[in-house]
Amino acid sequence: MAADVRPDTARPTDEIVDVLIIGAGASGAAVAWSLADTRMRILCLEQGDWIKSGEFPSNGRDWEARRYAEFDISPNRRARDTDYPINDANSPMKIANFNGVGGGTVIYTAHYPRMHPSDFRVRTLDGVADDWPIDYWTLEPYFADNDRVTGVAGLAGDPAYPPHQPTMPPVPLGMTGTRYARAMNQLGWHWWPSDVAVATTEYDGRAKCINLNHCTPGCAQGAKASVDITYWPSALRAGVELRTRCRVREITTNEHGMASGVVYFDGKGVERFQPAEVVILAANGVGTPRLLLNSASARFPNGLANSSGLVGRNLMLHPWPQVFGYADAEVDGDRGPQTVMWSKEFYETDRARDFVRGYTLQFSRGTGPANEAITSMIFGRLPWGKEHHRVFRTLHYRRLLIGVACEDLPEEHNRVTLDPILKDGHGIPAPKIDYTISENSRRMMEHGIARASEILTAAGATNISCSRTMLNSPGHLLGTARMGLSPERSVVNAWGRCHDVKNLFIVDGSIWVTSGGVNPTSTIQALALYIADSIKQRLATLFD
Amino acid sequence: MTEDPGAELTSTEARDLRRLAAFMVPASTEHGMPGADDAAIFADIVGSLGRDRDAVRNALARLREIAGGDFAALDEAKAEAASMTLLGRGGPLMTALGRAVLQCYYRDDRVLRALGLEPQAPFPKGRALEPGDWSLLDAVRGRARMWRDVDDERR
Ligand SMILES: Cc1cc2nc3c(=O)[nH]c(=O)nc-3n(C[C@H](O)[C@H](O)[C@H](O)COP(=O)(O)OP(=O)(O)OC[C@H]3O[C@@H](n4cnc5c(N)ncnc54)[C@H](O)[C@@H]3O)c2cc1C
Repeated sequence: MAADVRPDTARPTDEIVDVLIIGAGASGAAVAWSLADTRMRILCLEQGDWIKSGEFPSNGRDWEARRYAEFDISPNRRARDTDYPINDANSPMKIANFNGVGGGTVIYTAHYPRMHPSDFRVRTLDGVADDWPIDYWTLEPYFADNDRVTGVAGLAGDPAYPPHQPTMPPVPLGMTGTRYARAMNQLGWHWWPSDVAVATTEYDGRAKCINLNHCTPGCAQGAKASVDITYWPSALRAGVELRTRCRVREITTNEHGMASGVVYFDGKGVERFQPAEVVILAANGVGTPRLLLNSASARFPNGLANSSGLVGRNLMLHPWPQVFGYADAEVDGDRGPQTVMWSKEFYETDRARDFVRGYTLQFSRGTGPANEAITSMIFGRLPWGKEHHRVFRTLHYRRLLIGVACEDLPEEHNRVTLDPILKDGHGIPAPKIDYTISENSRRMMEHGIARASEILTAAGATNISCSRTMLNSPGHLLGTARMGLSPERSVVNAWGRCHDVKNLFIVDGSIWVTSGGVNPTSTIQALALYIADSIKQRLATLFD
Repeated sequence: MTEDPGAELTSTEARDLRRLAAFMVPASTEHGMPGADDAAIFADIVGSLGRDRDAVRNALARLREIAGGDFAALDEAKAEAASMTLLGRGGPLMTALGRAVLQCYYRDDRVLRALGLEPQAPFPKGRALEPGDWSLLDAVRGRARMWRDVDDERR
């Protein structure tokens, strides 16, 4: 157990700051940007680097291979020195993330839906899990602000989505989207062009999308809205300081039980102490519980802010089966942003089904030749030997792919703990994941797989197959420091402040109460902006 | 011959991998494609093993076991049978082996041209994408509201 660490230890001590943010990802960037106008001294410590657009894979001929190397979605395979290992052996779903300025948004796919109003009221509506202590309409202005800063392509008027006004026209339907759309109309099911955080026109100094397709391993064009090119430049201009290659080991507390700062390793590996008046955690749904558990002390023996015992519990990962089919003629392949459209036909609870809650169907374009060959080899679609070339020609540029984005309900046994053996490059205990897919999720997955297969068939696809868990790593890390009104049943209050430590806030995906059936980043960022505003409104009484 | 332990592969491993690669993705005159054992492609494979290097070496050790110790000594039919036995086992080692071969094969200029693709990085030229048929959306536009508003009274 770590002792309480004070500024008067032998470590070099930096000058005190008003606000210290840990993590420069989706939420850390948004909270820094919003707080910047207070003129407080704000510092963000990020363990990773800035990634320059010239480093992204699509600059080179080895672009497909590099997504399996230093741009892999798994920190364990990527294994940059800025990554930390994660023991996810005891989980059918693996952990995907990116550690650097921009966090997960550097390699996210930029599908950008919001949670729906009903997602905040699951106990009231469906009798499961818990309601959130806030609602959609409280967040709505922050969603709109976030859309403006981010730049979102989409189309207003979706009958299955709360009213909103995307800032740019939608991404093209293309040949692939047209096929899907015809199939959906034939089946009479809802579809709509997705909200995507990709610039379809020049936007706020960012160039427009040129259809590189490589949204996920980073956008060389800078058309994808990762926060290193959206929020961060503005926040830095407004005076926020961002230090990279600074890995926080623990949050320290003083004799009053308040956070006093953090111990971190700087880029040279020197252990330092950074004092702060307010600490904001934005290290994501795995990094944040890891840090809180690593910050155990005599006063907080079970980890910081953990009197509820819920730090690390209720991990939600969004089971995400992927259903493949192959068209009888060429479609878009790897031309265009990966995501095209969504369907909310099965989003809301329907009592006639054998599960509660629902899912979004996310319709994707194809992929490049190497990636097609590799994934098809893994799934046994592409043989070795004499038949290889003939079969490859039935796959190449013919892929149709529907993701089933299932709402994952919170369960306390799904959790992040500290691995007793595994450590990162600085000797800091690494996280361990224990996670199982619930029976409700399994039923939802099967329902979605069956519907997606019907759609693919209607779209003229054959060779239909499904990856239930093998490719099932959407990188959505949620729920491990949940928000709530009761200190016994939650870690942070309705505006992100830890119940146990009144100058410690959490703004990342760990504060989620439930997960909705959507990609989370738009909602994570709206929540971060809302928490920043709550802080600003209460500055005089922040610690009461 | 003394081996350099830091080398990507020993000479035996390199010889076996090249023979195995020819069975994995053979040359095809019909499609105008080289095999994965083509000199340029094979050099790329060996030089790009990266994170898969240990797994590939492991896979080659299994191949030698299947071959009774010496894969190179097998005649063509037996070598092909041993290769297919190995590849049929699946699992992480075969995934790594397959990835190591395919990621290089499908970036070779001749292979890409034979598939009708320009051999170049996606950036900076980008790609053309047709808009698609937006009139299809008319069928959805007029639908009744589908999302549940649980907080109507607040607005
Ligand atoms: C492959 C992939 C595809 C995705 N696609 C989508 C998508 O299409 N749509 C969508 O909405 N979401 C998507 N996501 C998820 C999205 O990236 C995350 O939801 C989002 O980035 C989470 O924001 P966050 O602020 O909670 O954490 P992150 O963005 O993960 O940021 C956390 C940051 O904290 C830093 N950090 C952690 N611990 C420490 C420490 N001890 N010291 C210093 N720094 C630390 C990390 O380095 C990281 O930069 C995807 C994710 C991945 C990996």
